[in-house]
Amino acid sequence: MSTITMTSRGVEVRHQSRWSAGSDIIAMSGRELRRSLRSVDALVTAFAIPVSIMLVFVVIFGGAISSDGDYVNYVVPGTLVLCLGFGAAATAIGVAQDVATGTVNRFKTLPVLGSAVLHGHVVASLLRNLAACVPVVVVALLLGFRPAAGLSGWIDAGLFAVLIILAFTWLSVLGGLLLSVDAAGSINFVFLFLPYISSGFVAVDTMPGWLHGFADHQPYTPIIETLRALLDGAAPGATLWVALAWLAGILAVGAVGSALVFARRVKG
Amino acid sequence: MTATNRTGPAIDVAGLRKGYGNHAVLDGVDFTVARCEIYALLGPNGAGKTTTVNILSTLVRPDAGEVRIGGVDVLARPAQARRMFALTGQYASVDEFQTGAENLAMMARLNHLQASARRTRVAELLQAFDLSGAANKRVAGYSGGMRRRLDLAVSLIAMPPVLFLDEPTTGLDPRSRAQLWSLVEELAHTGTTILLTTQYLDEAERLADRVGLIDDGRIVATGTPDQLKAQVSGDHIVFSFGERHDVLRAAELALRHCADGAQVETDEATLSVRMPTSDAVEDIRALLAETAKAGIRVSDIAIAGPTLDDVFLTLTGRPSAQERSDDAAGSHEQPTAGEKRATHEEKTHEEKEKAA
Repeated sequence: MSTITMTSRGVEVRHQSRWSAGSDIIAMSGRELRRSLRSVDALVTAFAIPVSIMLVFVVIFGGAISSDGDYVNYVVPGTLVLCLGFGAAATAIGVAQDVATGTVNRFKTLPVLGSAVLHGHVVASLLRNLAACVPVVVVALLLGFRPAAGLSGWIDAGLFAVLIILAFTWLSVLGGLLLSVDAAGSINFVFLFLPYISSGFVAVDTMPGWLHGFADHQPYTPIIETLRALLDGAAPGATLWVALAWLAGILAVGAVGSALVFARRVKG
Repeated sequence: MTATNRTGPAIDVAGLRKGYGNHAVLDGVDFTVARCEIYALLGPNGAGKTTTVNILSTLVRPDAGEVRIGGVDVLARPAQARRMFALTGQYASVDEFQTGAENLAMMARLNHLQASARRTRVAELLQAFDLSGAANKRVAGYSGGMRRRLDLAVSLIAMPPVLFLDEPTTGLDPRSRAQLWSLVEELAHTGTTILLTTQYLDEAERLADRVGLIDDGRIVATGTPDQLKAQVSGDHIVFSFGERHDVLRAAELALRHCADGAQVETDEATLSVRMPTSDAVEDIRALLAETAKAGIRVSDIAIAGPTLDDVFLTLTGRPSAQERSDDAAGSHEQPTAGEKRATHEEKTHEEKEKAA
């Protein structure tokens, strides 16, 4: 075995500056993107499952729920939001793994912005989910999705999607910090099933009466209706503000909660 | 730089206390580590080793006490203190989905190494830790020993003056363990101060210049390994037998052979007798002659050095915390108990080789 020759004792170390925080976050984001792109599991979760969900809703359920073809335009926004939540939830597993392996401990003892590891998870989730939207939307278009929105409608919808991803991801980060790896892995069921009890897939009117109260007032209904209006080139009206209030609230709980828990979370 | 002290001890810990609820994990821990020294905190699971390391590495705030690393007050200036040390935790905290080189490059970047220095430093560490061949393989395919070496390399990227090693060889096979030991020794030779925690006496003996024996949140003894061992009863001989009734008869012979007051232990499970010795060769010769005369067949003989439990028994007058928890009903399912049994088996195995 070779010996340790520490020839460069006194390596040049730059001191932390305002810029280094940005550099730390870029390094951490690169780390998370590698995690996303290098595991078959993660790739299937990020890309194959959302496309499959879109196919299932439009091809299989689409015919039964509505025979006039308008159902495609109705269901695509809901499916997109479902996919964004499902994709964001994967972040919880990565964060929980980082806690379990002691990686969070190590990052917290570096002379860096400790929370850079969490920001890295969020940036990677944003890029991953925006990328995952592309095949989902392409499949929808192939299946007959014909949104009426012009360029500005698409841009608004894109910005709205960014906000959705950020809010859901920070909530998942909080979940990952609080839960074990196994429990964090089941967070995506919340994001997978909650949208069904909203106006995303069928009109709330068609649900049993006792579900109306929940379906009308849970966050997914205004969020999906806002996205549907934006993609349809229509003005979302008051529902936009309800959706923004929900997303801002979720984002605040997720980000502030994560910061508080992260400061105290120590493995060992 | 005004706060750093270039001549004082590398690590200075005084009156450290930490409790969770009513349970005091640390109950007044004091120790100092000189520059370039290897200091081992030796103790069983739950003694407070990891809590101490977590406080020293700014992860946990103590309820009371003072910590200085390289003269920097860790509690008052954690950000400045983080430049003085690196932590290698109990788990190999390297990313499975990245290659060895990528893990190192990422840490070089996070340690704010100059871009020009990063590549050389990464190559240098891969070489030093015998990982050049696996540099571009993902860590998921690494063995346990390779992961630990990479973990150690990652800690050293910014050449910290102080290194914390929390149970660095737990779960490693003997060969990887020996390899890691020589790496740690070389690090100390090149000027790194090392605080090591371990529950293995042989590890502390092999590596440490000084050992602090920690039990129930307090340091119960400090000294060089030789000083500590001098306080502990010496070697033991363990005779094993094929027949249960031979065990008691042999124990009587052993008791008669030993000096007054010596403790001879019998173990029904392994059909063995354990006796203290000051001259193993002479005692074995004598006991073999006597057992042969009595018609007792000895199936195996092993010489056992003082164990961690012996050290505890001598220094605290009671078995170690681990031994006590083993005695508690149903505690055998606990991983700590399992680990302990495993290390005992490993130890006996080594001893047999030594005796053979």
